[in-house]
Amino acid sequence: MSVTTITTPEAAVDAPPVPTTAPQTAGGSARGDHRLVADLVAPGSRVLDIGCGEGELLDLLIREKQVDGRGLELSQAGVNACVARGLSVVQGDADRDLSDYPDNAFDFVILSQTLQATYAPRRVLEELLRIGSNVIVSFPNFGFWRNRLQLLFGGRMPVTDYLPYSWYDTPNIHFCTIRDFVLLCQEADARIVKSMALDAGGRPVGFTAPWWVWNLIGEQALFLLKRS
Amino acid sequence: MSKDTTAEETPPDQSPPELRAAPASEADNPSSRVERFGGDKALRLDSGTVLDPWQIAYETYGTLNADRSNAILVCHALTGDQYVASPNPLTGKPGWWSLLVGPGKPVDTDRFFVICANVLGGCLGTTGPASTNPATGRRWGLDLPLVTIRDMVRAQAVLLDHLGIETLFSVVGGSMGGMQVLQWAVSYPERVFSAVPIAAAARHSSQNIAFHEVGRQAVMADPNWCGGRYFERGVRPSKGLAVARMAAHITYLSDPALHRKFGRNLQDREAITFGFDADFQIESYLRHQGMTFVDRFDPNSYLYVTRAMDYFDLAADFGGSLPRAFLHSPTRFCVMSFTSDWLFPTAESKAVVKALNAAAANVSFVEVESDRGHDAFLLDEPEMFRTVLGFLTGAAHARGIAPPAGGAA
Repeated sequence: MSVTTITTPEAAVDAPPVPTTAPQTAGGSARGDHRLVADLVAPGSRVLDIGCGEGELLDLLIREKQVDGRGLELSQAGVNACVARGLSVVQGDADRDLSDYPDNAFDFVILSQTLQATYAPRRVLEELLRIGSNVIVSFPNFGFWRNRLQLLFGGRMPVTDYLPYSWYDTPNIHFCTIRDFVLLCQEADARIVKSMALDAGGRPVGFTAPWWVWNLIGEQALFLLKRS
Repeated sequence: MSKDTTAEETPPDQSPPELRAAPASEADNPSSRVERFGGDKALRLDSGTVLDPWQIAYETYGTLNADRSNAILVCHALTGDQYVASPNPLTGKPGWWSLLVGPGKPVDTDRFFVICANVLGGCLGTTGPASTNPATGRRWGLDLPLVTIRDMVRAQAVLLDHLGIETLFSVVGGSMGGMQVLQWAVSYPERVFSAVPIAAAARHSSQNIAFHEVGRQAVMADPNWCGGRYFERGVRPSKGLAVARMAAHITYLSDPALHRKFGRNLQDREAITFGFDADFQIESYLRHQGMTFVDRFDPNSYLYVTRAMDYFDLAADFGGSLPRAFLHSPTRFCVMSFTSDWLFPTAESKAVVKALNAAAANVSFVEVESDRGHDAFLLDEPEMFRTVLGFLTGAAHARGIAPPAGGAA
């Protein structure tokens, strides 16, 4: 099971997330956003996948985009699975270990469904922009209408199939909305090259709309960023 | 306890006395293969001196393929030897890494041609202080120039030239063997396709130099050491070497592992004796480790190889910058450490990984969960085996080395 990708509501029933082995995750596995990420990556580029899980996305990128791919993964099981399939993956986490990489080390740096689980999202984002000339970030949108309704009418922190944790045991300690993230990009001097709102299955919301609409209907979001 | 017996540990010596006396003859005429070099193959050492002639003892396993692309060099640790996957002639014990190296093992000798050589300064057939100095007809003793990790690697490179192996598919080693692996990747990057340094470091730490100094002082404080000339006096500084080994052995283990194996259990008695006999099992165990070690290892050699580790500092030749040492490295690395290893802690491996990342090298890193301390690399650690197997399989695929007939890739 990937530690980086998103669970569809249907898949979550069959395969509940396993937070104990992969604390920096939002949910389980789905291929939807892998495909979208792969479409953003230029063939033959140098890629770092942070929170690469068992290497599904890296494998896809190497196979279809002939990238020079590297991974960073927190869980030993994930790293071992990656190394066993011939991928170059280092055990480490986004908060601590990104400082090890030199400036502009990669053409693409990918942080999938992990930003909300970091201790210092802004510093992590700045590190991503430092080591990669392109940064791909995806995250769950806390401004999704269903989350808002749960808080508004239930008076409780939202727990959904897609975000299945209670507030006291969630690895997701820094939730944000799409609008919040756009503001963070401004503060971190990131230029938004491309952005899209996705449903829980990782399918893009099929129309353009103002931010406030996406902020309401997007269950997650995917951004391609560059340094300003 | 027997389950945890390692190559660093030695069970009671049950070999016949004539074998026990063998170190002397093994030093010059080893049971393994040996190559002798001199003249234009003289060995220029880091100390500025030249060894001419010199010799290197080694074992090989498996078959070199037609395009000579499947050779793996295994580098041994401080008191290891060339018998990585075959019985040691002195102890009769199985090869020290036969869990990892052999037919169908992660380092699969059905697929790869494995070479393991005794290090320079060792005492099982490669030139070391116990070898005969051809200039005098006496044992080298302390007349042998000090050797470094890089000198060990130079000697191995000459051997590989001789064997007609230009490129190594992989270099694999733990502890001091891991230091040699790193040195190989830095000294001969174009000759190393992949590298697996396990439980190692890019430099010997102050604490580790300190432990080695205690060991050397124990040897040299033994009156039988005789300034290193004990062979000529017909004595051996066995007590000093045994104490050195006892101290070192503690550093190979961990508090939880010791506690699990021995706790405060008493040795063959119901109560403490109010004396200095070995009341506790741990004392008895350490004494045993020390006593058996002296049967297979030359005291002067212990001084030389510990010193070689002390002097190891890979970044020193690159203005103190470890990333510069690895710049433009074409080698794929798989770095491994163990959670309970306090002799070569994970931080040391991570420093290597950090430098490799900074040098844009190709690196994988795995920290294996184990409570068995530094010695874990020699033990039955399935996670380590899976990682080595997976890494070598992926690298072999990239190198175009065919899987063994009938075996899974």
